Amino acid sequence: MTAAPLLSVQSLEAWYGRAHILTGVDLTVGRGEVVALMGRNGAGKTTTLKAIMGLVESRRGRVALDSRDVSSLPPHRMARLGVGYVPEDRRIFADLTVEENLEVGRQPPRPGAPAWTPEKLFALFPNLAEMRGRRGTRMSGGEQQMLTLARTLMGNPSLLLLDEPSEGLAPIIVRQMADAVRRLKAEGLSVLVSEQNLSFAAVVADRASVIEKGQVRWTGAMADLMADEAARRAYLAL
Amino acid sequence: MSFLLVQALSGLATAATLFLVSSGLTIVFGVTRIVNFAHGSFYMLGAYLGWSLIERFGTTPAGFWGSVAAAALGAGALGAAMEAGLLRRLYRSPELFQLLGTFGVVLVLQDVTSWIWGAEDLLGRRAPGLKGSVDILGQPFPLYDLMLIGLGPLVLGMLWLLFNRTRWGTLVRAATQDRGMTAALGVDPARLFTGVLFLGSALAGLGGALQVPREAVNLHMDMAIVVEAFVVVVVGGMGSLTGAFLASLLIGQLQAFGILIFPQITLVLVFLFMAVVLVLRPHGLMGRAEEIPPTTAASLAPPLSAGAGVGLWAALLLAGLALAPLAAGDYALIVLTEMIILALMAASLHLLIGLGGLVSFGHAAWFGLGAYGAALLVKHLGAPMPLALAAAPLVAGVGALVAGWFCVRRSGLYFAMLTLAFAQIVWSVTFQWYGFTGGDNGIVGVWPPPWAAGKAVYYWLTLALCAGALALLRRAAFAPFGYALRAGRDSALRAESVGIDVRRHQWFAFALAGSAAGLAGGLYAFSKGSVFPTLMAVPASVDALVMVLMGGLQTVSGPLAGAAAFHLLEAEVMRVTDWWRLALGLVIVALVLLFPKGIVGFLADLRRRG
Repeated sequence: MTAAPLLSVQSLEAWYGRAHILTGVDLTVGRGEVVALMGRNGAGKTTTLKAIMGLVESRRGRVALDSRDVSSLPPHRMARLGVGYVPEDRRIFADLTVEENLEVGRQPPRPGAPAWTPEKLFALFPNLAEMRGRRGTRMSGGEQQMLTLARTLMGNPSLLLLDEPSEGLAPIIVRQMADAVRRLKAEGLSVLVSEQNLSFAAVVADRASVIEKGQVRWTGAMADLMADEAARRAYLAL
Repeated sequence: MSFLLVQALSGLATAATLFLVSSGLTIVFGVTRIVNFAHGSFYMLGAYLGWSLIERFGTTPAGFWGSVAAAALGAGALGAAMEAGLLRRLYRSPELFQLLGTFGVVLVLQDVTSWIWGAEDLLGRRAPGLKGSVDILGQPFPLYDLMLIGLGPLVLGMLWLLFNRTRWGTLVRAATQDRGMTAALGVDPARLFTGVLFLGSALAGLGGALQVPREAVNLHMDMAIVVEAFVVVVVGGMGSLTGAFLASLLIGQLQAFGILIFPQITLVLVFLFMAVVLVLRPHGLMGRAEEIPPTTAASLAPPLSAGAGVGLWAALLLAGLALAPLAAGDYALIVLTEMIILALMAASLHLLIGLGGLVSFGHAAWFGLGAYGAALLVKHLGAPMPLALAAAPLVAGVGALVAGWFCVRRSGLYFAMLTLAFAQIVWSVTFQWYGFTGGDNGIVGVWPPPWAAGKAVYYWLTLALCAGALALLRRAAFAPFGYALRAGRDSALRAESVGIDVRRHQWFAFALAGSAAGLAGGLYAFSKGSVFPTLMAVPASVDALVMVLMGGLQTVSGPLAGAAAFHLLEAEVMRVTDWWRLALGLVIVALVLLFPKGIVGFLADLRRRG
């Protein structure tokens, strides 16, 4: 029962210049689990995901993947170990077509993780299938969000770091994203998703970690967070 | 008619070489965001390697083309080695460091090339099978040039296929737009960048090796081509291959026909063209707005503070310097005089970089303009020294005012390229306008009048004028003018929204720095007794940057120390060895490797670790 979690983060600290953003983040993601990283604007959600991925220059603390210490690995090594990062600002390669964007993300299949092809992804995101040859500049926000997720999936990750997937999207697209995340969980993917949207998190997540001022203040089952009004008011209410 | 056609064709042949070299430069820039000065050195090495191989194997077509290919691969390998050894450590550094680092490589490769192949021009073998010429409407045109004309579009097509039809090309295009995201998707940036440097440098080497049958191989090829390739890349839009192709064609024609209409100023035409294009289409013909790299000079410079007791130290230093002639001999006084002149030069550049965040790569132009302004007045009008010295900052200031109007319209790397272009305009006018400036021979016999001829008197005069100018620059730095300039450096947008006309302040700073450099130039002319075009050439501008860098950007007194250290080092190195370029280049490379984030960044890192 106490199998090592897929991702384990201990006392993770991060700085931007002199600003100390993360002061000690602890969290775990088990195999096949979806964990929501909740918190207000500026609490450190995005920075936590970036620091795990190796995208923050100044960081300290321990990040372990499958019990292996990966604290000092650069982003491309993390990606090759099966960590897929989906940035909040999407960062589509605007000059590349949809298919070329997917090609950039392509990595060899990995044992223990679902293997993706463009065809499988087009089945998951039918909108994208209709615009294979289109360039990123000519896509809507929702289409870009799907493409950025699909692009990361081309790396056949076993763990997905998903940054604010519902931000700025129309309600119908948010529902599609939530469906997609649940399908990914069904395929066996583990997901750490940062979210401000409580109802989105409630639909997709098994557990939640709530971050405030660069530290995780509350951890537990998603259902418990939904039931614990005091915790929500303390850490999430505006 | 047929004559014009042949002229146009020869313009196309020039364009082909230009495109080969600038396509490599633009590819490297697109991905690494580094403007690679050493690109011209790979062109030159391609030519030298090609010459050696063609001498040995180039008697048959297979041997000739094999040699050309091998030379290109050799240049490519060298480029890849430079990426792995130097550039890789500089991707997060300010542009100034990147530019200087690659310039250090230029200096090293110049001496290495001269050591291997000697300083003589080398004439190469003509290409077997392509020695003749064809008749075009009754005019002979070399077959080899015809082949080159075909090669340009061929290479463009192959590069297009590489970038649009292969995985490697797709990755490179992705990295050009967003390096960080590409890495986060599992692409090893280091390997990709090494590959890109290989490709870019091999294209430069190919361009160089293909020149062997056309012109003599010499040690000046590197700077000549790299400055032209800069112009092509800036005109075409940085990072754009089709833009580079288009710009090569235009500039090839401009050179071919420019030589008929204005044979005196062909060099100037190209740079004027670039300035006009940049004013009309700020991002180049095919460039896009988002491709301007942001300036990072600001990150070098923390807030300046006036500091307590500075006045006391300055007074003590001044008093010490004023007493120096009592103890120092003539040689020491000459060195001290030059040091003080260079200190003013470095301080004026520091005003632009440290306060304005404007990295100028052509500051020597204003130094040279001051020197030539003074020397020309003496030579043509017999003006007395005080008048000539008063004219020096005026001439340079007016020149900087005109150039600055263009330059401050752009920031970051484009600003650096524009200042380089204007420096090249000034240099080429001086170099080509033989009747007025004496061209390469310079102007000699610019000595002070008898009352100031003594080394001590001239030293005191220099000290007084430079100290006055330095006090003025310092005053400007801590006046509202200086604060406005720094506000514009740190955030142009915010400064403008509180009502500061950033561009106008930068323009005046450019003119002020230019005229201070001009005064330094005028003093230099009389201390040496002569002026030469090298005073305003690119290496002189880089020397000034190295002085500022050595002193550190964080203090107003930094450039003074930097200039003193640099001049001593240069004087000593040049005295003991002929390989001063090699030594200077290695010093520059070591500096940027030791302090990749600047001296301030280095100290901040130390503090964090400690």
